[in-house]
Amino acid sequence: MKREEIRVCILRVGGTNCDAETQRAFQELGVQAETLHVNELAKRRNLLDYQALVFPGGFSFGDYVRAGAILARWLSAKLDNEIRAFVDDNRPILGICNGFQVLVEYGLLPGFEGISEYPEATLAANIPQGYNCRWIYLKQENRGKCVFTSKVPAGSVLRIPVAHSEGRFLFPREKQQKLLAQLVENDLLVFRYCSKSGEYAEGKYPANPNGSFHDIAGICNREGTIFGLMPHPERAFYWWQQPDWTRQERMPQYGDGKLIFESIVDYLTKKF
Amino acid sequence: MKYRAKIEVSLKPGHSDPEGETTARLLKELGYTVSAVNVSKVYTVFLEAETSKEAATKAEEMCRKLLANPTKDNYTIAIEEQK
Repeated sequence: MKREEIRVCILRVGGTNCDAETQRAFQELGVQAETLHVNELAKRRNLLDYQALVFPGGFSFGDYVRAGAILARWLSAKLDNEIRAFVDDNRPILGICNGFQVLVEYGLLPGFEGISEYPEATLAANIPQGYNCRWIYLKQENRGKCVFTSKVPAGSVLRIPVAHSEGRFLFPREKQQKLLAQLVENDLLVFRYCSKSGEYAEGKYPANPNGSFHDIAGICNREGTIFGLMPHPERAFYWWQQPDWTRQERMPQYGDGKLIFESIVDYLTKKF
Repeated sequence: MKYRAKIEVSLKPGHSDPEGETTARLLKELGYTVSAVNVSKVYTVFLEAETSKEAATKAEEMCRKLLANPTKDNYTIAIEEQK
């Protein structure tokens, strides 16, 4: 499929943010990207007209109950068949920040045995407590399954910002070591928080900005086609979005976030 | 029949409660002898059911489907008949 024929659906609802940045990132790469309100999608029922689906960041439904929980349940009540067909066809689904929370609450991630009826993990309140917005470093851990990081060499370090108050990735305490082993074994681990030089944060703030278990910042499903991460790659797409652009004499034209969008487009052009 | 379900969702024992810890710290600074604070959420749900058992079953379903995440949350349910 040619780039210009690819259609990306960016879903929004009250409280969504960075949908415009996400749309612009895809458009910069030459694909069609539309931002659609969930009510509109539920009315049109045309999810399968799109080749990729994105849940952007923000605070859907005011983060009431738990971040992402209401949107996840709303979608499973209204659009479950379409979403399952989308997943079965290995069309990529990206969840950024609140989008990651939605994917976990839906049961789409980590999805050890496929889509789970109840969440298998959680993104709990940050430690230290409160909203945290800062630039952090991520180490790419995936060995090749995740289609969203095909352009990011394993072991490389990316600089991308986070902005959230519920981002502490956790498994149930009694199973956390077992599930971590499964995550690694099945190549579902994608990003871990690290220092600028690539040393793992080991839970220490501020390199790990939320206290996430095992410094987990992003994971994918067993097919590598569903990916959620707390950091915002669309906020690190252009050089002028970087915090130090006024202090640099020369900067690359794009930021590290672009690699994730490029990986998606590369997958889509080859798959369809 | 009309029922009122009081559902309390709290963190499972051993889970960090950053909001509770911050609150406890401030209460100590205000001069109170406080060893810990646990924060929980209470939902009061007004619903209709044939029996109180059915109301409890429905409330349980609500917890599993939406109100609690089994990774970190426990919940308790108290059912009361409404006149």
